[in-house]
Amino acid sequence: MGECAVRFTVNGEPRTVVTHPMKRLLDVLREDLNLTGTKEGCGEGECGACAVILNNELVNSCLVPALEASDATICTVEGLATDGELHRLQREFIKAGAAQCGICTPGMLMAGVHLLSRCPNPTLDEIREGLSGNLCRCTGYMRIFEAVQNAAWQSE
Amino acid sequence: MRSFVPDFDLVSATALEHATDLLSDGWRPIAGGTDLMVLFNAGKLPYRKLVSLRRIEELLDITVRPDEVSIGAAVTYTRIRQHAVLQREFPALCLAASWTGSIANQNRGTLAGNIVNASPAADSAPVLLAYDAEVELVSARAARRIPYREFHLGYKEMQLRHDELLHSIHLSRANEKWRHYARKVGTRRAQAISKISFIGLVQMSGDTIDNVRLAAGSVAPVPLRCYRTEESLRGERISSTVIHRAAATISSEVQPITDIRSTIEYRRTVMANLLADFLKSLR
Repeated sequence: MGECAVRFTVNGEPRTVVTHPMKRLLDVLREDLNLTGTKEGCGEGECGACAVILNNELVNSCLVPALEASDATICTVEGLATDGELHRLQREFIKAGAAQCGICTPGMLMAGVHLLSRCPNPTLDEIREGLSGNLCRCTGYMRIFEAVQNAAWQSE
Repeated sequence: MRSFVPDFDLVSATALEHATDLLSDGWRPIAGGTDLMVLFNAGKLPYRKLVSLRRIEELLDITVRPDEVSIGAAVTYTRIRQHAVLQREFPALCLAASWTGSIANQNRGTLAGNIVNASPAADSAPVLLAYDAEVELVSARAARRIPYREFHLGYKEMQLRHDELLHSIHLSRANEKWRHYARKVGTRRAQAISKISFIGLVQMSGDTIDNVRLAAGSVAPVPLRCYRTEESLRGERISSTVIHRAAATISSEVQPITDIRSTIEYRRTVMANLLADFLKSLR
């Protein structure tokens, strides 16, 4: 089957890729756009490692066909820092030691940023729910929750 | 092994007629993709030509009328969770939506998709049975509306022809006066597929049950409405004897299996315990 042109905005920049419509957004980001910050974990929407923000909603990019991203506004982990300054949640991840092997970190950050955009001052339960679709096999989660909490306090 | 991407085609329909015409030509529908893309990634998707429903305006609406609420096929779980009328009048549906997958999957996944995926473990299915939902099925030739309780015919078998689309789910607003109870039992609170899920709706006069509706997931080849147990409870006053007898009835009415998530014995026992917990909460 043929390829098609898919246009969208990634991290503030308009992009066009010519691709098969069923190619996963995850692979388009990593292979066509060289945005390898987004990771593949399970490839079945369970682990959240490939999470990105698409039209202001958190999605698992391994479950989104390229065509479905037409005209979308997408933010990946590469888009969190602005003018060389890390996003406050990234800074808090570093301070709290919230990353170990790092493969879950981009997805955790996107889920955390998505949560804080909807719920600027989340309770611990809201943080747990907001990050419940992101699996981490290293940290035991506590430092990640702490980082999100600390980033929320900064925004007050 | 992964699917070979160039073997597959996907188009995005913007009008219902476009989608139903394609279905007549052998194309298959895709909405959120939270089930189909998993199959695709694993090289197990049996269809090559897919039509996306996500840009068909009339499927994106939750429509509130005086007598019913209708949920279009492309409405996501997140929108169901956030909808004020659904929260007020169909709280168990919003709760089941919150049980279904992660936030990222709720942002894509749809109630209609959950129904046609036809898993007996679907968390929203028992809720729709208890609310006496109806489903509207549309093809290029005709439209029909059937009670949801008639939709599932057997394990992964449905009253849905290949050229038909599950267009919308209708909920009668006469449900307003029921008291609700809903529980999911799984390995982990978030995201795990249910070992068993249960919903009870009841109308009481004092401590007497006037009417009751019970439904459960992961306890039979299809989502199960427990009519026999309901019948045994109607007109009864809540007492230890009644609770004990109803728990025994429901544990024989369900037909669970042992699978990777749980066992027959566990499911029968928990089913009885959930019903008992529900009935005790009414005292």
